[in-house]
Amino acid sequence: MQSNSSMRTPLGRVRGLGSAKSGTGHFWLQRLTAVANLILTVIFVFIVVALVGKPYPAAIALLSHPLVAILMLLFILSACIHMRLGMQVIIEDYVHEEGMKILAVMANTFFAIAVGAASVYAVLKLSFGG
Amino acid sequence: MSVAHRVTGTGLYLGTVLIAAWLVAAASGPAAFDTAQWIAGSILGRLVLFLYSFSLMHHMVGGLRHFVWDMGKGYEPQTRMAMAKFTLVISAALTILIWVVVLATR
Repeated sequence: MQSNSSMRTPLGRVRGLGSAKSGTGHFWLQRLTAVANLILTVIFVFIVVALVGKPYPAAIALLSHPLVAILMLLFILSACIHMRLGMQVIIEDYVHEEGMKILAVMANTFFAIAVGAASVYAVLKLSFGG
Repeated sequence: MSVAHRVTGTGLYLGTVLIAAWLVAAASGPAAFDTAQWIAGSILGRLVLFLYSFSLMHHMVGGLRHFVWDMGKGYEPQTRMAMAKFTLVISAALTILIWVVVLATR
């Protein structure tokens, strides 16, 4: 039986723990983005299939359409958050040395942000920059 | 099949570099876009795209099982086997559907 002598409530102590060191937040965001990805992936597949065989001007016209661009931006955001969380779980399961684990988790975050930033930049340039 | 979810997830993770590169190529102009399209249309490009589309469908359908498990259901051995088969069959069918549409509209 664990004593509860600290000023923090049991819930307060549990929050922020767990293998991800961010407790339920990680779990919840993984599920939330999974639901978003379910919808956005279907839309993304439709967009990509619609682009097959299109010459450059037609492809750009489609990608820079406001509705398509907004859905692409949402997909990029949701997918990058989801894949970062998923890869973090894999790292935490297979990388046991603490220093390597921290480096891998950092590299994972940088990767997700870099891919996301490049994709968002491209979509916005297509929409606004011509 | 949990390993399959991790393998497809990792494949999709690494493949985002290609999606980002393709979008950046589109934003860079006609020459870069044509090059990207040529690479995507090559035999190796199509093979990668086919594996990517299957990974995407497998991870998506396989993810549905996690929602079932999150609700505290589907832990019985028969149910788990049925869901594993369902994942494979449905994701393969969706992948074939995508490629039939792609080849028909090309």
